Amino acid sequence: MLTIAVTGLNAIDSPGPGVAVIRGLKEAKSFDCRIIGLSYESLEPGIYMHDIVDKTYQIPYPSTGTDILMSRLMYIHEKEKLDVVIPNFDAELYSFIKLAPRLKEKGIHSFLPTMEQFEERHKVNLPAFGKKYGIHVPRSTSIYTPNEMLQLEKDYGWPLVVKGKYYDASLAYNFDQAKSYFNKISAKWGFPIIIQEFVHGTEYNVTGLGDGEGNTIAAVPMRKQYITDKGKAWGGISITDKKALTLTTHFLKETKWRGAFELELMKNKDGEYYLLEINPRIPAWIYLAVGVGQNIPEALTRLAMGWKTDAYESYEAGKMFIRYAWDMIVDLHEFEQISTKGEL
Amino acid sequence: MKIKNNIAVSDNGFIFNPASGESFSANPVGLEMLNLLRKGKEAEEVIREIETKYQVDSSTLERDLNDFIEMLKQYHLTVIDDE
Amino acid sequence: MTTKLRYERPIIKKLESNMPNKFGMRTEFEPVTHIDNVSVNSLIEDFGSPVFVLSERKIRKTFNQARQAFETRYPRVQFAWSYKTNYLSAVCNVFHQEGSWAEVVSGFEYDKAIKNGVDGSKIIFNGPDKTEEDLRKAITNNSLIHIDHLDELYLLQDIARSTRQRPKVAIRVNMDTGIYPMWDRFGFNYENGQAWDALNKIMFSGQMDLVGLHTHIGTFMLSPNAYAVAASKLANLAQRVQQKYNHEISYIDMGGGFASRNTLKGSYLPGIDTNPHIDDFAEAITSALINSEYRPKTPPLLILETGRALIDEAGYLLGSVIANKRLSDGRRSTILDIGVNLLFTSFWYNHKVTPAQEFTSYTEDTVLYGPLCMNIDVIRESISLPLLNKGDKVVVHHVGAYNMTQWMQFITLRPKVVMIDLDSKPHVIRENESLNSLQDFEKIPQHLANFEL
Repeated sequence: MLTIAVTGLNAIDSPGPGVAVIRGLKEAKSFDCRIIGLSYESLEPGIYMHDIVDKTYQIPYPSTGTDILMSRLMYIHEKEKLDVVIPNFDAELYSFIKLAPRLKEKGIHSFLPTMEQFEERHKVNLPAFGKKYGIHVPRSTSIYTPNEMLQLEKDYGWPLVVKGKYYDASLAYNFDQAKSYFNKISAKWGFPIIIQEFVHGTEYNVTGLGDGEGNTIAAVPMRKQYITDKGKAWGGISITDKKALTLTTHFLKETKWRGAFELELMKNKDGEYYLLEINPRIPAWIYLAVGVGQNIPEALTRLAMGWKTDAYESYEAGKMFIRYAWDMIVDLHEFEQISTKGEL
Repeated sequence: MKIKNNIAVSDNGFIFNPASGESFSANPVGLEMLNLLRKGKEAEEVIREIETKYQVDSSTLERDLNDFIEMLKQYHLTVIDDE
Repeated sequence: MTTKLRYERPIIKKLESNMPNKFGMRTEFEPVTHIDNVSVNSLIEDFGSPVFVLSERKIRKTFNQARQAFETRYPRVQFAWSYKTNYLSAVCNVFHQEGSWAEVVSGFEYDKAIKNGVDGSKIIFNGPDKTEEDLRKAITNNSLIHIDHLDELYLLQDIARSTRQRPKVAIRVNMDTGIYPMWDRFGFNYENGQAWDALNKIMFSGQMDLVGLHTHIGTFMLSPNAYAVAASKLANLAQRVQQKYNHEISYIDMGGGFASRNTLKGSYLPGIDTNPHIDDFAEAITSALINSEYRPKTPPLLILETGRALIDEAGYLLGSVIANKRLSDGRRSTILDIGVNLLFTSFWYNHKVTPAQEFTSYTEDTVLYGPLCMNIDVIRESISLPLLNKGDKVVVHHVGAYNMTQWMQFITLRPKVVMIDLDSKPHVIRENESLNSLQDFEKIPQHLANFEL
């Protein structure tokens, strides 16, 4: 019986992957597990899903610093004896990567990208990343003043993608629009702003798992079928796309990626693939991968434990996931517990 | 000044206003003050009771109680006179 | 008689039922009650509130870590204490005792280094403002003069010619290291050939000894790689000088600018977690030098003028709560006796502030104001702190760099600065100002001496 701590319990309209990860873990064939939820806010739906989450603890925001996070995790560890932790938020990865060796000393395993991998795949570094590993990426430039866009408009043409350092991306069709996004996004996320050439085409996503030695343990491509106004997939279908899979294998072999990931790809009208972004974690639609035969949360847990883990060779194409919202009825007493005691 | 009588207050300082659906939390001294006010005690009585229990002087208490009542008003937990 | 319970002021907080969001408040209220075993309360009792406190132990420890970081990676390393970062003599002398030379940027700082007993040949003279008198003094003392612009270069040549002395010089080089903003106002540019041009002028003149190359690429740098770029560019210049003139540059001065552990405003994660460690900078610089094409008989001395990263963490500012207030929107505000006139760096850092006494886990989001009757006097726009009462003590962390040089006498008087020695004994190293000490500078014309109201 493994005790696994999972974050990202916010199964909302812009969902965290936690609940989907837990469903995968609960269906694991090679081990049984208890799930400890780790939450930041009192209304993360996963906190109240007692059939799949055994107990939830609130943890401090990443902005508090690793020392405070570490002491909270040690408190939880003392009570629950954690074997594995699976962090699922972009914003917390830095802290968990940093803490990984200290956690391991205490017996808490994780399987995360190295700090170099984590830094290297940042949006700001994407052009260098593409060059280094021989992967097509859209041309992009980091800028500090709106006027720098005047040159880029000539090079890239309209529309341009205006991106924040960490989050946010908007498509601008003219200079005024671009300037207003520049100001809006820089006010929120600071500098630089990344201006990316817009690649027309169809978007594909691949989720997968690398063993840190260049091998592909799992890889499932998906095409989004329905996208919410927040740009999240509300429905998608697993596909057989040789080129996307070849690109994924190449990415894993070259970078020796360690851990789970999601690649955002764009296929242009000539059938060429561009890598738009690398998310260094499990995506929210991970349950599709589980459903078509590649239980990535299970394999990731095995790798974290240092157990022998076979690569998945196949999956079912043509299966869909359709997300739905579900109203739970929750007693106020439970909300009171998690809000005042930080445990439920 | 009166506290709305439908406010639910639990022992660990969790406060729920069923009319608005808002919830709050208070620390032990805040909880004690709130409970005394709910019993209809006047400010002077609240101060006297707290003073016998805690290491604090009455002028500090008076200032803190006023501030606390301000916050209760701001959170619409008190009855406005013409209600 | 029963003992009474410890009192804490009452709070009521709304439980925000926002959708889970990724960004939140920090709680950093682990109390810090002692600095190097001396209690914060006793420091304030003995030396007043507010008071700056420096830990000699921490300075020496940080310095030795930095020295080790470089010396384990490169054979010849020399630190030079950046006077402008903190030029209290006690502080400078701790660094000099540890073996640091002096790095100064004005005649005043130069004289201070001499007065502290630093040998002239171990003073590096930087900056755009060196007067003729300054330069003559520096030449006579064999100091290392880092030329900032051509006017200075010509002036040095004139002095050399007329006094028949040979100034020991380096040029400051600015360059593109891939970071923004690029500092191009100091020194000679690498990319457009200015720097190479200046080096040729020096070599041709035959009147000066070209001993080094200097750069300083920016401040609070978060990218070690930029230093690697800078080091290779300087090494490249050194190699070209060697090729063309068969002349060896004896030192490469990488300047300073390493980030300390502070958190810049606008950054999400705390600086203590994310800012590069001194080892990262050392690795970048030394590997770039070792891998460069410049191969003189003796490897060039690597000089570092690190200021901030060596002293920031050793400095604390202790103060007291003057009052608590409620703002019109219900937010709590707390007024401290620490203002931006003393804590200049609060304009760009979110300084860590901790209480100096034990508290419960209840906290409140607070704006921290200073005591000045000025709207800009804000120490932290938003910080989650325990329930502070009037008179409670707080500790502001990582204030050792720049505050004790850039502080202002404005509205209030500047407080004492205390250094705690290795035996945990506090010493006043700078007295507080008094009305008299300030009035001494003033003169009142006779006709303004008297008035009637």
